[in-house]
Amino acid sequence: MNIVVCVKQTPDTAATVTVENGKVSWGDAPLVINPWDEFAVEQALRTKEAHGGKVIALSVGPEAAREALKHALAMGCDEAILVSDPGLLTVDSLVISKALAAAIDKIGGIDLAFFGRQAVDSDTGVTPAQVARRLGWPALTLVAALSAVDPAGKTISVDRAFDEGRQQVKSPLPALISVTKEICEPRYPSFMGIRKASKATIPVWSAADIGLGAIPAPALSWTEVFAPPKIETKVEMITGDSAEAMAAKLAARLLEEKVL
Amino acid sequence: MATNVFVYIDHYNGQAVGAAWEIVGAARKAAEALGAGVTAVVIGQGVSALAEEAIQHGADEARIVDDPQLKDYRPESYATALTKVLKDGGAQVVFLPTTARTRELAAVTAVDLETGVVPDLVGFEVKDGKVVGTRPIYAGKLMEKVVVATAGPQIFLIRSRVFPKPEAQQGRKGAVTKVDAALGAATTEVLGYKATEAGVSLTDAAVIVSGGRGVSVNPKLTPPADITDDHQKEVWRAQQGFALIRELAAVLNAAVGASRAAVDAGYIPYANQVGQTGKVVSPDVYVAAGVSGAIQHLAGMRTSKTIVAINKDVEAPIFKVARFGIVGDLFEVLPALTRELKAKLSR
Repeated sequence: MNIVVCVKQTPDTAATVTVENGKVSWGDAPLVINPWDEFAVEQALRTKEAHGGKVIALSVGPEAAREALKHALAMGCDEAILVSDPGLLTVDSLVISKALAAAIDKIGGIDLAFFGRQAVDSDTGVTPAQVARRLGWPALTLVAALSAVDPAGKTISVDRAFDEGRQQVKSPLPALISVTKEICEPRYPSFMGIRKASKATIPVWSAADIGLGAIPAPALSWTEVFAPPKIETKVEMITGDSAEAMAAKLAARLLEEKVL
Repeated sequence: MATNVFVYIDHYNGQAVGAAWEIVGAARKAAEALGAGVTAVVIGQGVSALAEEAIQHGADEARIVDDPQLKDYRPESYATALTKVLKDGGAQVVFLPTTARTRELAAVTAVDLETGVVPDLVGFEVKDGKVVGTRPIYAGKLMEKVVVATAGPQIFLIRSRVFPKPEAQQGRKGAVTKVDAALGAATTEVLGYKATEAGVSLTDAAVIVSGGRGVSVNPKLTPPADITDDHQKEVWRAQQGFALIRELAAVLNAAVGASRAAVDAGYIPYANQVGQTGKVVSPDVYVAAGVSGAIQHLAGMRTSKTIVAINKDVEAPIFKVARFGIVGDLFEVLPALTRELKAKLSR
């Protein structure tokens, strides 16, 4: 099984994110591998461990996104590739999906591509399905479990998490999968893995290298970014001598205020 | 009147999703601002009843792609069908609810039409003939306004409970047109469905009762003797705690939520998780019992209209976003509250 896992570098979820001069700022907060992508890397590694082959980590981003790829290498990926081009820095999923599909095409011979369900910065979650469509592969998004993998027969069966229940789908390979956190628990990079990752050379491909030619303009235009209005709440503490007394008071207040 | 605002009716095996009609209402609002009409799009097999319902809820007309190959939702064939309808109809704006299926369906359709797609709208305005969508980014720490700059359809997915559900008008009529789409051969096969625990959907719920790590901390309970493992004892205690949450939820016709800590500890399935890495919810009432209120949890529920917090720890951050708070033992307060509300609401 030749596997690609796509990762993005994002600010840490604990970062304080603000707007400064109309631009998003996360101050000194560290940039990390998108937390959802760690589940994708883990599942890619487990699939390789069970069925052989190799795992290549792939990212589109600035030079600094190497660090996210190094994390993937430290977890155990065999290779990493960074697609970096000034023209790809402020684009939308329509363009990023083109770049990722072109890079996966250039790598060639891939059976499975794994993605996290969404990135914690833009929170759109549309890129995996778009890459699948561009490659002409089945899009298996929000996968909560791999129920059967058959590399010889070139098929895979998965459980997809809908709000109403699980949909069980059998798909030919190659296919593209985005994972939810139910699928596995990501491993921590080992000491040996970190050493290996620090020495690894990560090739950088430009837009021209992946045959993208002129980079199309993004389909979206962001007209404004702002801090959400502060929700002013003043807590009314309900007190009483017993749980019954407090519960009665709370129920009365909820009905009085027509909350219920 | 040019009919160019399209609204996609998402359904699970023929059953419209909770937010389906809210989005028809939102499309109606956009259409009025644009001087346009509303066309509902229904895709599936034997789903013509949904087209009639969409018209009753405010669509002017409906277009249906009905095909045996569309019996099960699959992004490939559904997107091909949707693309065909949008192209034929000259759609300028497309609204969909935000669900697991539509996020993927809209993404794939946007590729086919080489246009922009914007999920998770919590509001929109119409400016110079364009829809300007407002959506949270960085888990709601910031908001952005986005327009689709292409000449193609502007595709937006709108969150549940942002717009009111319009009343159905029984007598309302409109044209229902069948559209044939060349779907091509399906490559994937849907093997079946596994229902998750039945109950009210978190994203559609008007009331949510949530439990956190605190639901397992009841020293008065003694686990059965055959449970010897410490973690299993804790999970057993937590399940007794969640039973109290469910009892209150049943009285309030509420969905059951949980914090990440409770999910990670194995108390309750991930499907119930509220927060940055779970579901983002915005109910009228959110009752948090034994939930401390980590920033990642608050990111998923702080836009709830009224938050009620029950916690032992007066310093718990959840009290900072709560409207009503009780510092107390949830194992005593929850059952008392359930009894009280059951009597007062006559349920």
